[in-house]
Amino acid sequence: MFSFPTVRVSLFFIVIAVGCLLLADLSISAANPWKDLGNFFLGLVTPDFFSYQGLATALLRTLAFAFVGVALGSAVGFLLALAYRWSAVRIFCGTIRAVHELFWALIFLQFFGFHPLTGVLAIAIPYSGIFAKVYSEILDEVDPEPARALPKGTGLISTYLFALLPQCWEQIKTYTAYRLECGLRSSAVLGFVGLPTLGFYLESSFAQGLYSEAGAMLILFYVVIATIPLWLRRQTLPFFLIAAPFCLGEGFPIIWDNVSRFFTEDIIPAPLRHGDGLAGLFDWGADILITEAMPGIWNTLLLTQMALVLTGIIALMTFPLISTQFGRPAGRLGGHVFLVILRSTPEYMLAYILLQVWGPSMLPAVVALALHNGGIIGHLVGRQSSNLSLRADAPRGLNRYGYEIVPRVYRSFLALLFYRWEIIMRETAILGILGIYTLGFFVDSAIQNIQFDRALVLIAITALLNIGIDKLSRVIRRRLALQTLPTC
Amino acid sequence: MTVIALNELSASFNGRRVLGPLSLEVNAGERVALVGKSGAGKSTLLKLAWEHCGPEIALVPQDLGLVPALSVFHNVYMGRVNQRSSWYNALTLLRPFSKDRQAVGTILKRLSIADKQWSPLASLSGGQRQRVAIARAIYQGAGTLIADEPVSALDGPLADKVMALLNEHFNSYLIALHDVDLALRYCDRIVGVADGMIALDEPSSRLSKADILPLY
Repeated sequence: MFSFPTVRVSLFFIVIAVGCLLLADLSISAANPWKDLGNFFLGLVTPDFFSYQGLATALLRTLAFAFVGVALGSAVGFLLALAYRWSAVRIFCGTIRAVHELFWALIFLQFFGFHPLTGVLAIAIPYSGIFAKVYSEILDEVDPEPARALPKGTGLISTYLFALLPQCWEQIKTYTAYRLECGLRSSAVLGFVGLPTLGFYLESSFAQGLYSEAGAMLILFYVVIATIPLWLRRQTLPFFLIAAPFCLGEGFPIIWDNVSRFFTEDIIPAPLRHGDGLAGLFDWGADILITEAMPGIWNTLLLTQMALVLTGIIALMTFPLISTQFGRPAGRLGGHVFLVILRSTPEYMLAYILLQVWGPSMLPAVVALALHNGGIIGHLVGRQSSNLSLRADAPRGLNRYGYEIVPRVYRSFLALLFYRWEIIMRETAILGILGIYTLGFFVDSAIQNIQFDRALVLIAITALLNIGIDKLSRVIRRRLALQTLPTC
Repeated sequence: MTVIALNELSASFNGRRVLGPLSLEVNAGERVALVGKSGAGKSTLLKLAWEHCGPEIALVPQDLGLVPALSVFHNVYMGRVNQRSSWYNALTLLRPFSKDRQAVGTILKRLSIADKQWSPLASLSGGQRQRVAIARAIYQGAGTLIADEPVSALDGPLADKVMALLNEHFNSYLIALHDVDLALRYCDRIVGVADGMIALDEPSSRLSKADILPLY
């Protein structure tokens, strides 16, 4: 067994996670954690769709922000993809996608305030970085021969229109539609920082203990996501795109003085603003590094490594639920519903819910990250395992799982897990806003204290950490010769 | 006037020379067949020729260079995308103009695939696809053609018909052909390639099948 590099790498990561387990605070501090969780599930099975008339508006806003943000992101991302061979463009895209939507929202809130532009840009900016990367990868895969066979002197636009785009149009469409699903989740979560989407209302329902109302919101959200293939059609898309910008709501007007103050004063490091010179700047930087960045990075890494391994365990446990290699069709339907719920619930929302019922520690965050990401990987691995054809007399049950299926899907499972490593890390940092001491916590506190210079430094450090993990994940995947498609 | 001119050119693959150095000129009004066994360097020579010639030239590459996701019409229309504005091309992608439909339809009719004009290319057979690539080259309206085995997937009578059509539309060309009879029947000059070098270069009137067969 240990002669397989994939097994050795897996064990290595498990050992690290166990080490993190010993160092992390995983206590349950709530007085009555299971009762609260029970109440929450009671709310889910007794949803109240009519207690709150703002529910429809919240859904409408969630959809509108997702549509406008993703549409803008895909348009800009496509243009960036055309220039992706320049390293400056690649670095730019890598940087903007390393900063989480919620951090972008926190930044824009400081100068655009609660204007719809804040939510739209918070989605559009990181998404355009991701679109640029994936579109350029799709375009690179296109057969170059038709473009070479075009008559000499054919312009760039015509070359793309006739020889390149038609060949990858289906892939671009599929990926963009898939990304819209991610956009809906991002949009819902933006409510947690005060934008008028689902998260905002969910938070207030929870705060008031209205679990049936919160349950209704979650169920509606699952239904919207699960029915995307039914309502998102070629015929309806133009209507959605035209209508969405008008459904963003009024928000509050932009105060332009705030915008200029943000760029000319707020984000200038305090010592420079106060004329303390380079020595002051050094002290200021060291202070951020020691009191905030170091503990933030440490906790972010602890949480990420634990969540990564638990994600893997959950994925390996849940994929048989939907695999045709195991169980009966009726059971698989239940498995599908279960996994749809896991992957449609944004990890931020899950973490928020668990934090409400268990109290603040790393435990709710680890469980939330692992459930969401494990649901996504479990779904993809389960689908892949269904395509395997086994010999007629292959063993059944646990033996089939251990001897036939897992060895065959393990490589793609690892590829997906390592691909999501960076995504888990990005989310881990963000969960700090909920009160866990990861980097997001320190960013959020700096913003609460109106120290935007500190906040930006910490966001930049978070971005660098994400880029670093992304690179490391690439190296590991290349060493192990693992290949995967993008997921979000 | 020369329409295709290679001057002491050579080509390498993975550091190994596969062609040349060789020189070859095709004059206006000259129809040249390139013969030789597979692997002799015909396709490499045609690629070099295409890279070193002017813009007024049509091409049928070995793998045809068609776009499977587009209709036959749009694949043929591509022969003239360089002569139209990007706007015109974009509109054509959505809804073709009637004069273009007619022009393309006429060519497809001569190639006996007029009924396929609006079929997606992906639904066509190998021989039909080959004729679509030929239609694209003809529609381009250039006087010169470079083609790599353009009739290899067509049966005897159809291959004859297509060669005749090429002779009608192009007054000069350089075509790789493995069918020696077709080469002798339709071309004025035969160039034989062996081991990456030109081994034979004669007017076809002076050659018989027996003179060419040693190349294979």
